[in-house]
Amino acid sequence: MNNERRQFLRETGKFLVLTASASVAWEAVLAGRPETAPNYKTADHWWGMVIDIESCIGCGNCVRACKEENDVPRTPTYFRTWVERYRVEPDDLEHPAVDSPNGGFDGFNDRAAADPTAKHFFVPKLCNHCAHSPCVQVCPVGATFESPDGVVLVDKTYCLGCRYCVQACPYGCRFIDPRTNTADKCTLCYHRITKGLTTACCETCPTGARQLGDLKDPKDAIHTFLREHHVLVLKPQMATGAKVYYNGLDGSVR
Amino acid sequence: MEHVLPAVQGFMYPNEVELQWSILIVLYPFITGLVAGAFILASLERVFNVEAVKPTYRLALLTALAFLLVAPLPLQLHLGHPERSLEMYLTPHTESAMAMFGFVYLWYLMVVLVLEIWLDYRQDIVLAWRASSGPKRWLYGAMALWSDNIGPEALALDDRIGRALTVIGIPSAFLLHGYVGFIFGSIKANPWWSTPLMPIVFLFSAIVSGIAAVMLVYMVTAWWRERRFDMACLDTIGRYLFYAFVIDFSLEMLDLIHRIYEADESFRALDFMVKTRLFTSQVVVQIILGTLVPLALLAAVQLFKMTEKIRRRIYASAGVLTLVGIFAMRWNVVIGGQLFSKSFLGYTSYKMEFATREGLLPAAALMLLPFAILAVLIHLLPPWKTTRRETGVGAA
Repeated sequence: MNNERRQFLRETGKFLVLTASASVAWEAVLAGRPETAPNYKTADHWWGMVIDIESCIGCGNCVRACKEENDVPRTPTYFRTWVERYRVEPDDLEHPAVDSPNGGFDGFNDRAAADPTAKHFFVPKLCNHCAHSPCVQVCPVGATFESPDGVVLVDKTYCLGCRYCVQACPYGCRFIDPRTNTADKCTLCYHRITKGLTTACCETCPTGARQLGDLKDPKDAIHTFLREHHVLVLKPQMATGAKVYYNGLDGSVR
Repeated sequence: MEHVLPAVQGFMYPNEVELQWSILIVLYPFITGLVAGAFILASLERVFNVEAVKPTYRLALLTALAFLLVAPLPLQLHLGHPERSLEMYLTPHTESAMAMFGFVYLWYLMVVLVLEIWLDYRQDIVLAWRASSGPKRWLYGAMALWSDNIGPEALALDDRIGRALTVIGIPSAFLLHGYVGFIFGSIKANPWWSTPLMPIVFLFSAIVSGIAAVMLVYMVTAWWRERRFDMACLDTIGRYLFYAFVIDFSLEMLDLIHRIYEADESFRALDFMVKTRLFTSQVVVQIILGTLVPLALLAAVQLFKMTEKIRRRIYASAGVLTLVGIFAMRWNVVIGGQLFSKSFLGYTSYKMEFATREGLLPAAALMLLPFAILAVLIHLLPPWKTTRRETGVGAA
């Protein structure tokens, strides 16, 4: 083999190897990146939500709006947000009676269940967009990730469907979408909030029980709310850095 | 979409009603455990020079390999996107316990097991290569990597490297299965799983199941070949099985007593589950049939003088019961851990499917596959040929 040919083969080989590794590397870089929107800088935001238990009337608007906006399967075992109804005997915090028929999608119309000796309230639930998410920690390929603006998202083109994240979420916020066989969860309506809108659930809540807040925006009303109310997150013992703050949360809520 | 919901008692978070991990994920720790246990039994002979278990040395290695080859298959079959599984190697998320599986697995398969088997069999492979013709000759040639140097120096070197590998192999086997326990034990969201004891319990139950499996494989192959059982070997294995089982059972009881005494927020829910939905698989099958009965049988052999025939029967029944018990233990961990709500207010149920991707049929096929592989391996690499150490070849 003459030298020129050898040189050509060597250069071509180098080119092919480098291009291939660059494309693999680029794919890895792209995985775990939120979608971009014009005029939106992820570094300028840190999203959370406040939920006022006293204001929730259990109408189910949020559940319906979420399913509609985000094309969530209608089956009663797949929810990005749902509403639970609690009935607690005043002296027995450890044994609340809880139900959530169809996740509260159809509202709660059976008034017969009301019992004047007990307290009743609704608890809307959604992904807590934890700052130290157990679900993000366990994902074997990094398909689920915390975006720089504090939203836990899933890259559906990368998810293996191993379901480890579903097991790791202490709040039951994740499911596997049977149509894509990948993990699915609340995105805090990322496609809306990056365009300056609020989430579908907050938008449709008739009593303002759910309020999206930008913790990095000093003018956001969330700061006043958090300062003036005694708020709690769900399962604080899990130390997940949950960013959904509940006002008036009863000790019986799990 | 027609959807039949599982039977729920009390309250589950809506997304929890359907189980995420099926019988396939039960098989994964069960099969991996057999690998680790079989290897540790093999190591006993090699590293600690336990002469009595020599007849099972090669058989244990081949058993470990046959099961290890099958170990990732249930996971692969379970994935929503099996075609993406390679991403675990290419772009692993280093914080994830599961992401490390691929690396631990490859290390164990290629560096430890395949290399150790190859070194141990190299002389046999070369001799078979010389003696065979046609495609078989090519196969053995490839297995020998077309190197036919079986001079005394080369064999002595093989032996030295093999011994070193076994020494590395023991912690690797511990790593392989301790790690599987960690996958469950590190999930803080799930109190049934979340305990630092999980990797240790998994490890010892792995050793127990591996020893029992090799003992049974030895008995079946000896019976098949119409050979006399080496009773010294069986007695020694039976003794090891008993010791390992005592440690395993103590650890599991420690976990249980700790949970009962501490009685934290999850206790009432878990206690109820064990007394109802898990009663048969946990109390009856795992603890009574799969642990106490074989332990009593093995203890009886230690305590009383018995004839060979009775001892053989005891080992066979204790081995089978042990495997049933360890399988039940995996079942109770994996399935049990998903039957209760993380709200501790309710329970769901697991209805096993049959001829679906995650049903009983593929699970049974996956459980039989290692035995088919083992049969092929035994055919290619007969473990009971007289070894070079016995014939004195290469003893220099």
